[in-house]
Amino acid sequence: MKYTVQIVGVGGQGVLMASMVLGNAAMAAGHDVSMSEVHGMAQRGGTVLSTLRFGDGTISPLEPRGGADLIIGFEPVETCRAVDLGNEETTFLMNLDPIYPSMVAAGFEEYPLTEELVGSIRKVSGKVLTIEAGVLAIEAGRAVTANAVMIGAAAAIDGFPLPAELLKKTLLETVPEKSKELNNKAFDLGYATMAGRK
Amino acid sequence: MHMAVVPKEGSRQLLLGNEAIVRGLVEAGVGFASTYPGTPSSEIGNILEVIAPDSGMYFEFSSNEKIALETAAAAAVSGVRSFAFMKHVGVNVAADALMTLAYSGIRSGMLIMSADDPSAHSSQNEQDNRYYATLSMLPMVEPSTPQEAKDMVAEAYRISEELAVPVIYRTTTRVNHARSIVEYGSVGETKAKGHFEKDDRRFVSIPAHARMNRVRLLEAERRAAELSEASPLNFVDGEGGVGIITAGVTYTYVKEFTSGASILKLGFTNPLPERMIADFIRGKKHIIVVEELEPFLEDQVLRICAQNGLAVPVYGKRSGHLPRQWEFSPDTLKGVSTLTEVRETPAPLTGCDVKLPGRPPTLCAGCPHRGIFAATKKAVGDRPHVYCSDIGCYTLGVQDPFNTADVVICMGGGLGTAGGFSEATDQKAIAFIGDSTFFHSGITPLTSALFNGHEMVAVILDNRTTAMTGHQPNPGTGRSFGNVNTAGLDIETVVRGLGVGFVRTVDPYNVKDTIKTMKEAVDHKGLAVVISKRECPLDLKRRKTLSCKPYAVDADKCIRCYTCLKMIACPALIKGRDGTLTIDVTQCIGCGMCADVCPKDAIGEVWT
Repeated sequence: MKYTVQIVGVGGQGVLMASMVLGNAAMAAGHDVSMSEVHGMAQRGGTVLSTLRFGDGTISPLEPRGGADLIIGFEPVETCRAVDLGNEETTFLMNLDPIYPSMVAAGFEEYPLTEELVGSIRKVSGKVLTIEAGVLAIEAGRAVTANAVMIGAAAAIDGFPLPAELLKKTLLETVPEKSKELNNKAFDLGYATMAGRK
Repeated sequence: MHMAVVPKEGSRQLLLGNEAIVRGLVEAGVGFASTYPGTPSSEIGNILEVIAPDSGMYFEFSSNEKIALETAAAAAVSGVRSFAFMKHVGVNVAADALMTLAYSGIRSGMLIMSADDPSAHSSQNEQDNRYYATLSMLPMVEPSTPQEAKDMVAEAYRISEELAVPVIYRTTTRVNHARSIVEYGSVGETKAKGHFEKDDRRFVSIPAHARMNRVRLLEAERRAAELSEASPLNFVDGEGGVGIITAGVTYTYVKEFTSGASILKLGFTNPLPERMIADFIRGKKHIIVVEELEPFLEDQVLRICAQNGLAVPVYGKRSGHLPRQWEFSPDTLKGVSTLTEVRETPAPLTGCDVKLPGRPPTLCAGCPHRGIFAATKKAVGDRPHVYCSDIGCYTLGVQDPFNTADVVICMGGGLGTAGGFSEATDQKAIAFIGDSTFFHSGITPLTSALFNGHEMVAVILDNRTTAMTGHQPNPGTGRSFGNVNTAGLDIETVVRGLGVGFVRTVDPYNVKDTIKTMKEAVDHKGLAVVISKRECPLDLKRRKTLSCKPYAVDADKCIRCYTCLKMIACPALIKGRDGTLTIDVTQCIGCGMCADVCPKDAIGEVWT
């Protein structure tokens, strides 16, 4: 078995943290793990991509285009930009909370409507799951737990090879002591929301 | 983040390549490490800043890479294992010291890490530093994975000590920033103090000594070739009629995404194991050389074939199957799918049909560079000019609406080129340089500008940190780690001390005042230096000392002139589809730059 997750988003959204949680859980489950992260200049508000590959004999930190089993999109435009990382069988887990690029904020470029963005992926893929992680995170108590919501949601996806309990345990080991409770709640909300869709 | 030292032998952790290298240093008992920060090598320094004293190591951020290499060289000739690390272009800065250090050699092991950046993710070029190994005649090792990145450190120190020369430890971004499972070895004994024994014939590089040292270096190179032949870092993986020769991260792509070929995996890549390579090639149907950037291995393989009378075809870059530009990925191997079996991957989905807005990296909300750029542009007006920028966050001034970068070459290059433009054109030369970059290589060009009477403006963007690489301290901030405390150097005092007459310090958050000062500077006959001083808000956030008092727009007063957007363009300023202007309180840090430039006083602090 080999499994590849591509996590995309914007610098500061917690993409690296989420990929660390998934990676550590994969290691705890006994898999070989190989990941690639973006550091440096791209983190200044630019697009961030984290690649996580696990399974027998995994050694390459990069996956070919089209090879992802799961694409976790922390931001709608970035999910659309990453479409070609997936294929017909790929599952898309797409957060719907936008982060406006600076040129959009300044009114020089337009940010597409959410329906257009989701629709454009649905045209090519039958496996698009959407979630409002920011809304759920606020419900959990703090907007910054949106990445915990996303991890919880990923855990509920059909065929996701890492057990939900293990993911949650790894998440809680990763976050600071004082925010364990919040992250626990955010994870559960993400999980329940996605499980409820089945 | 003590993961690099604490865990016991045999335990396993998911480590970044750079974290694995730190662990490698601790296991090898390295007593001295030095760097100038540069991506993709920066995390190593950030970790050493925290852990060096606990592992008995001395660590410093030197003012530039040349100094980092020289300090580490002094340790290594005094019996202390040392590690100088830098990004690929940093080796250019250190190259003067490197070339002669190779002649002198060292006593305790010394590694010089060059972190190359194919695809220039965070760099101004994608030069292939493997040629520094052949140029300096020094041995070179190249890891492929985080585990190897750790393990090769100790092996490279053994090579260095056996040959009494430094070893080049070469990585690329996808090794430094790959993350995988690393199994720890035992922690070595660290010796942080040694003693320098005089030996003029080795360490005093006058011509008479240099000539003899070259002979010794050639002998070391010959012995290195023998070590390479027998090295466990070079090995054959699998059997097959087709042979693939590879090194570094591309080995992982070949290993996972091709099948049926025999792979010669090289970790000791200078000098190459020539007999091993010839034996590997002999009898093969053909050879494919898979390496990023230049045909460094390929050209040597072709020579080895010629010298050994081998008529086996060699494919790679020279044959046009693989590219010379940009980093490889498993996708790149499709270029050799007619030569060996490459794993098929499912067809990628076609891109989405909605026009997506771009998302380039950008200056942060409240970044003081926004204020100084806005003020400079206003002061310059329509006067002919050339903006000579430099390496740092402020290079992002290349974007709209600032356009404050017409030329960017290298660290310190802004000030040097400004001097040239001031003489070679009638355009006003205006240079921007950051505080860390100023100490790296900005002082010398200022002395040259004074000496030669260049009429130019030098703007020093003092945000009190080395921001782009992850907020390392620099000579301007002073040092307070590793049991060493020093006060920061005051840039204004340094510049005045050089003899610059026109020196002003401004707060870029006061945009209007800054415009006035910049006008004076631009009109000044001679060299004018303006120091734009304000802490990096991202660094303040990191240190949890940023106090935010968000601003808001008074819709009744706003006349929708968008002066704030046109001048400051802060990401916290949001222009709605209906033209209304609002401030995103989650991003606004309350710097007040937009309020300062508003002609109608329509922006102010939110009163709570």
